[in-house]
Amino acid sequence: MNIHVTINGKNYSHDVEPRLLLIHYLREVVGLTGPHIGCETSLCGACTVELGGKAVKSCTMFAVQANGASITTIEGLAANGKLHAIQEAFWNEHGLQCGFCTPGMIMASKQILDRNPNPTEEEIRHGLEGNICRCTGYQHIVNAVKAAAKATGA
Amino acid sequence: MATTITRPKTLIGKAIRRREDPRLITGTATYVEDIKMPGMHYAVVVRSPHAAAKIRSIDTSKAAARPGVVAIFTGQDVSKVGPVPCGASLPGLRVPNHTILATDRVYYAGHPVAVVVATDRYIAADAADDVEVDWEVLKAVADPLKALEPGAPAVHPQWPDNKAFDFHQEHGDIDKAFAEADVIVKQRILSQRLIPTPMETRGVVAEWRAADRALNLYSSTQIPHLLRSMVAQMLGLEENRLRVVAPEVGGGFGCKLNVYAEEALMGFVAMKINKPVKWIETRRENYLTTIHGRGHVDDYELSAKRDGTITGIKLRIIQDLGAYHQLLTPAIPTLSVLMMPGLYKTQNIFADIVGVFTNCVPTDAYRGAGRPEATHGIERMVDILAAELKMDPAEIRLKNFVQPNEFPFPTATGLIYDSGDYAAPLKKALDIAEYEKLRREQSESRKQGRLMGIGMSAYGEICAFGPSPATPAGGWESATVKIEPSGKVTVLTGTSPHGQGEETTFAQIAADELGVDIDDVLVVHGDTALVQYGIGTFGSRATAVGGTAVYFALQDLKAKIKKFGAMLLNSDDVTLANGQCIDNKTGASKSVQEIAAASYRAMQLPPNTEPGMVSTHFWEPPNFTFPFGAHLVVTEVDRDTGAVKVVRYIAVDDCGNILNPLIVTGQVHGGVAQGIGQALYEQAVYDEAGQLITGELMDYAVPKAHMLPWIESDHTVTPTPVNPLGVKGVGEAGTIGCSPAVVNSVVDALSPLGVKHIDMPMTPEKIWKLIRSAQ
Amino acid sequence: MIPQTFDYTAPATLDQALALIAQGAKPLAGGMSLIPMMKLRLAAPEHLVDIGRLKELNYIREDAGALHLGAGCTHYEVETSPLLRGKCPLLSETAAHIGDVQVRNMGTIGGSIAHADPSADYPAALQALEAKIVLRGAQSQRTVAASAFFLDTFATALEPGEIVSEIIVPVEEAGAGASYQKMAQPASGFAIVGVAARLRRSGGKIAMARIGVTGLAGRSFRATAAEKALENTAGSAAEIQAAAALVAQGVEANSDLHASAEYRKHLAAVYAGRALFAALARTA
Repeated sequence: MNIHVTINGKNYSHDVEPRLLLIHYLREVVGLTGPHIGCETSLCGACTVELGGKAVKSCTMFAVQANGASITTIEGLAANGKLHAIQEAFWNEHGLQCGFCTPGMIMASKQILDRNPNPTEEEIRHGLEGNICRCTGYQHIVNAVKAAAKATGA
Repeated sequence: MATTITRPKTLIGKAIRRREDPRLITGTATYVEDIKMPGMHYAVVVRSPHAAAKIRSIDTSKAAARPGVVAIFTGQDVSKVGPVPCGASLPGLRVPNHTILATDRVYYAGHPVAVVVATDRYIAADAADDVEVDWEVLKAVADPLKALEPGAPAVHPQWPDNKAFDFHQEHGDIDKAFAEADVIVKQRILSQRLIPTPMETRGVVAEWRAADRALNLYSSTQIPHLLRSMVAQMLGLEENRLRVVAPEVGGGFGCKLNVYAEEALMGFVAMKINKPVKWIETRRENYLTTIHGRGHVDDYELSAKRDGTITGIKLRIIQDLGAYHQLLTPAIPTLSVLMMPGLYKTQNIFADIVGVFTNCVPTDAYRGAGRPEATHGIERMVDILAAELKMDPAEIRLKNFVQPNEFPFPTATGLIYDSGDYAAPLKKALDIAEYEKLRREQSESRKQGRLMGIGMSAYGEICAFGPSPATPAGGWESATVKIEPSGKVTVLTGTSPHGQGEETTFAQIAADELGVDIDDVLVVHGDTALVQYGIGTFGSRATAVGGTAVYFALQDLKAKIKKFGAMLLNSDDVTLANGQCIDNKTGASKSVQEIAAASYRAMQLPPNTEPGMVSTHFWEPPNFTFPFGAHLVVTEVDRDTGAVKVVRYIAVDDCGNILNPLIVTGQVHGGVAQGIGQALYEQAVYDEAGQLITGELMDYAVPKAHMLPWIESDHTVTPTPVNPLGVKGVGEAGTIGCSPAVVNSVVDALSPLGVKHIDMPMTPEKIWKLIRSAQ
Repeated sequence: MIPQTFDYTAPATLDQALALIAQGAKPLAGGMSLIPMMKLRLAAPEHLVDIGRLKELNYIREDAGALHLGAGCTHYEVETSPLLRGKCPLLSETAAHIGDVQVRNMGTIGGSIAHADPSADYPAALQALEAKIVLRGAQSQRTVAASAFFLDTFATALEPGEIVSEIIVPVEEAGAGASYQKMAQPASGFAIVGVAARLRRSGGKIAMARIGVTGLAGRSFRATAAEKALENTAGSAAEIQAAAALVAQGVEANSDLHASAEYRKHLAAVYAGRALFAALARTA
């Protein structure tokens, strides 16, 4: 089936098998390997991308379902060589270790801040329920989201 | 033994943000799954659905007929590939033949029986489902206690008692200690099976270059060099024609400190099909077939005097090994024995280990590897003793600690503790918590019927593995430091960091030592074609051993810089400082850059000096290091549901000198998160038939952000004399210190109900049942 | 983890979708339940009809004293709808407990209830709200009460060819208060037990009590004995506790890795008490 999608501002058109998962489409067909696969049960969130302004798990979606949609992946966050405030904050606050969950974690953090520019610690932790990090214990991630809120809310 | 060298510090000790992060936060890092090659094929492993069964036959014809399927291999096809290696040796150890694919029998659910190779991963998955195996299902045993019972199903038919080994160690006069004791306390303590769960599962890409007879193996591993040696042996390949690359590795926690069947299998497949092949483990496979951790049933006895002095420790460990030995499986519980005295002085110990086969995936090193079990045991026992003697748990610990003037301290288990002030972190934790006030609050809250608990642990760990005689494959680490002709500095480390941040900390060391800008330093690792032989990253060793190798390589290099500098400055009295070699008489100077360039141009050479500016150092540590610390945890138990809330978590860790506080704090947080995971949430559960019930993240509760408390992290600093950096290691500290503190806190909360011990994980239902049976 | 092959159609209208479903195609809405099952190869539909993007199924409107939700509303839309938050806050509160942010962004109320997971959150609220569920087929439309819709574990009143097309919940009257309380299974976030309580106070007495329970048994249900015990009382702490204790009475409770039947029954009483206290506090 032929699909048209806009990814990180660029238009793509591909013929895909209906069962092709969106994560595999992004990674294998489009070549965006930032989103990762960490589970198959929609729990770890490493595959999180933004679809039509909403954070979604691209491993629990078929590429055909995204036909016509606009998608942002981690690769699309930095603009003109300048890191997004959340990326910068993850770096400054040591919000990552092995980095595998990080693209999904950053996209989930973006969703939190898009909907609530000044979240509390509890709201941040609740907002990250769909993303698992095994390295950091989340505290530096919480700090990073707070720092990003501060940086963008200034 | 070297002593700590004091020197001017610029970058060391600073919270520098990590140099590895830009690629990770932009999604441009390359993990194994991101590698793509022309003509690449995909492999799916067919696995046993049964924990114990005979294979009557395997029919691959339907799978082979699927368009796009290029090959299917079964156990018979790979019979020439050597077994999965066990690197540990113990007297009388029974070692099953661990072939990379099962031949006539399977021993655990998930056991690989065939591999399907196709042009596309979707086709490979379809074809794997088409492989038909005719099974004769056998009785399995998944519980180590049941496996030891007479008449239990034999995991390996040739060893009907299911015992892999018996191990014994003792020291002092344990009988006397117990005979003369005022008090003896006993407790069975479980350390449950855990699933390491790095967010990146395992994965392998293998590429055979037939004309060169060379195999490139990309694997998500913590030990690329050791993997190369062992896979080369398994495949019968010359070691120098096997290149192993650990690309970006998405977490390991010990489970990638191993050599797995699939690593050799993909090499085999690539050589057979003469095409690159990729295999990526699914999360379900990861849970079924990547090693688990812990799996202890520990029987403890402590003897003590009325005043709280501990006089002896007895420990009997039943270790659930699983069906096979992976790289270090039987060695892990011996680490528990080494650390069984904890931070306490007693010289009388008695330890037995029984290693038991079960029809489960093997256990092996998982964050802490043997030491969390030991710490959990002794720290629970000390609390049990304190309760028996009606002593404060802080007081009884302070009474029994090895004292600062007693180092180096020989332990009953044959170790030499390097340095320490064990009371310092405990006192600091008590101060931060305002302990006296907290106890008053607790007594108030108890009057209101609330269940508030205060618990602590004082942990010690054995780290920086380690002196070579004490490690299976060499305990040294290597470093090469090169100053390129342009003056840029490249550090090649034999460690294989995968989140621990050594691209940053090693750059800090090099920049400081050479006086160059940190941006001029690049740290390279994880590629056997680039890096001299190395050991790897595990056991909180990378900075303490690998960083020290970097440090010594830099000292050699500095001497050479000075030689060239003296020659260029025509001086016999030069100093190297701030990136400049200075003539102490004239004040004239040459920069490290200029000197490096001259060393390669080699127009002139100092006497007995080779051109170039490269130094390699293999550093053999004279001892382990022994980090320590104290964690204090305040909990509140919901009387109605049994749910535990961690109200405060205070971690005071002493890992020696701190090179980068940001990274050290991150390691503590992550360690504590895994400790709380064990204490409250995580448990691998097999049913009686050997099926893993917690086979997905749907059922195995890895802590999420809302399930963890805020961690108040602080430090004391007691440098180690073992290495010149004075660093001890911090990767596992959080995990080791955590679980006993949490359990002690919850037991304290429930102590008014008469509760004396709780095994992990402390699920709400377990707690509720304790509350109910007390009422 | 790769699903088996299937055909995919994304029809432009509900009628087109229903015609395909009548021929045996499987509806795909948000995919939050179906796709993981397909990836684990526990489900292998031959033909998927994507109803997730049908505008006809995506609305929340008030009509004649009731609120009508198209089955295609996502959990996030239910969670944040000002109309629902104002007039049927129990449903929004319950939606906020489902899964995680990403799941709530994609998953739909129709898909969730059609899947009928015995631990799902919505059924508790729908039982307490005495919701009506509109089922449509190519040639049919019927409305069933929530109490008659959830039949058993993964089993509903849906006939082959039918989909859930609409959910109808009441506009809460003045003096009403409601709350959903759950103990989440720590790994999956599903409810070990979840209880939704709705109360209306009138003249110092509890005029109406509705209690919906999920997670406890194979199907969600209304705890009618507990409701009756509470109605016409003053709603004292003792009366609430006594009523809560009735919630699990006579129920054949689920038992699994995460909670025994005995513990679930205990939790049902505890969470019923909590939901009732919270609901009572919210009554004006």
